[in-house]
Amino acid sequence: MSVIPQALRERPRADIERVATVFVLGWAVAFMLWQGTGFTVTLMTVFAIWAILAVSLNLVVGFTGLLSVGHIGFFGIGAYTMAILASDASYDQLRTEAIPTPGWPFFAALPIAVALTALVAIGVGIVFNRFRDDIFVLVSFGFAIIAFSFFLNLREITRGAFGIHEIPRPAFGGWVLDGEVEFLVFALVCLGLVVLLCWLIVTSSFGRVLTAIREDEEAIAVFGYQVTHFKLAVWVLSAMMAGLAGALFASWTSFIDPNSFILLESMLLIAIVILGGLATIWGSLLGAMAFVLLEEGMRFLPFLPAEFVGQARQVVLGVLLVLLMLFRPQGLVGRYRL
Amino acid sequence: MTDSAGAVIHTVELSKHFDAVRAVDELTVSIPKTGITSIVGPNGSGKSTFVNLLSGTLPIDGGLVIIDGVGLRVVKAHESPQHGVTRTFQEVRLFDQISAWDNIMVVLTERRLLPSLLERRRPAHREKAERILKEVGMWEKREAMAGELSYGQRKLLEIGRAMAMDAQTYLFDEPFAGLFPQMLERVKEIVVRMRDEGHTLIFISHNMDIVRELPDHLIVLDSGKLLTQGEVHDVLSREEVIEAYLGE
Repeated sequence: MSVIPQALRERPRADIERVATVFVLGWAVAFMLWQGTGFTVTLMTVFAIWAILAVSLNLVVGFTGLLSVGHIGFFGIGAYTMAILASDASYDQLRTEAIPTPGWPFFAALPIAVALTALVAIGVGIVFNRFRDDIFVLVSFGFAIIAFSFFLNLREITRGAFGIHEIPRPAFGGWVLDGEVEFLVFALVCLGLVVLLCWLIVTSSFGRVLTAIREDEEAIAVFGYQVTHFKLAVWVLSAMMAGLAGALFASWTSFIDPNSFILLESMLLIAIVILGGLATIWGSLLGAMAFVLLEEGMRFLPFLPAEFVGQARQVVLGVLLVLLMLFRPQGLVGRYRL
Repeated sequence: MTDSAGAVIHTVELSKHFDAVRAVDELTVSIPKTGITSIVGPNGSGKSTFVNLLSGTLPIDGGLVIIDGVGLRVVKAHESPQHGVTRTFQEVRLFDQISAWDNIMVVLTERRLLPSLLERRRPAHREKAERILKEVGMWEKREAMAGELSYGQRKLLEIGRAMAMDAQTYLFDEPFAGLFPQMLERVKEIVVRMRDEGHTLIFISHNMDIVRELPDHLIVLDSGKLLTQGEVHDVLSREEVIEAYLGE
């Protein structure tokens, strides 16, 4: 083992956390100053959506120990519910692929998007509750594939590969949040609420039981806890937050198609959670910021042709993950290991 | 033979098999409500499997468990506290990546979903956790991750976690194994103190010095079957026990 990783391991935890935090935040500020306001607003909006996903997934992966790669499915259900219920019915859709849409306002569709995600999560969670460890990873993988197949092939509802256009922005009465800054503020408020909810969950007795389940679910059951109920509850709560992120994403981009919900996105999400650290809300925020900076920042590398940026991002993230697993499996500011 | 009417736990032809191996074979025993009962027997005699069946950690294949007068053909692990039963494990099973403090706190808190979401740190729980950690000698180590503790400290913490349950019946699977003399004395004191407070203590042990000294009742298993049970001195003097187990 080389000297540097050993030194990394032996450094006090608080030291590494501080360095990681300063590094990521410094990187973010420098990047935003360099790129200017418009880019900053876009970057922060992407961050807010990914951060909601990462924080909510960390409840399941980090706190409860269920390595789910199916979170993107719930993100997609939230996004598609918003798109189907709220997209503009008068939009000139291709006649053969037209879908019935009630054209609801954002805030009427939002609770339905979150509730429908919860309903699907309950159904899926009841089935998944009997699985653990490697098998759980596999079945959650299956869920992500099935969800993607629905988005792609249920053309009468989702318009398949054509996607859905004209998804509206949130509106308070006559005030439509169609400006990028207004939407960013709204997204950050949503992120703030999600973080607050997650903090309340993990600092409650419920949260402590989740960590015990992660460590040894048979042992905690002996002390009177119905483990399946706790696992199902956190699974559904986490899915609802992903559904919220999906609804926000659909509204922000105003167009979605199945390519936004492929399995690779789930893998990136897992990478963010591990990068930031398991069982830490702050870690997920930091991980999401580092990911967004990496993703957007690579556009500006002068030696990298534009057509290779996407692949290069995946390679860099993959290498980062391998390095983390080798030298700092608890992530940047995490305490626990998979 | 113990009178089953005065027993806190009574089993009737309790069975558990793993493929062709009959780990517990139609076992009918009675464990008195008062005093300390020790379960002994050679390796593979079914002692831990028996405890696992009583606590619901393993499903029962046949027979019946009667706990405090309630007959059960299925014992669910999460329901065992409702029957007044708690346990420790042969291989210590703590929640390794949380602190010693949280290992105690976690079993003190609310079992129902919604109330547990609303429950924060309660002073009564904190006081109880502090008392227990001090009693098992782990107060100084309360901030340490359970997985970083020594084997003996982990044993003590696991006993503390069981104590936090305030159960009627404690199933301790080899609580004295691998302990330094000082720790062993501490566990003995705890066991005797709990017995004096009216709890039912059932422990598995291979340590014959402790088996002669501590329990009031003895159950001897061999190949998943009951060899004999009764008062300690009476059982230990029986010829079949000496031949089959003590070998002296």
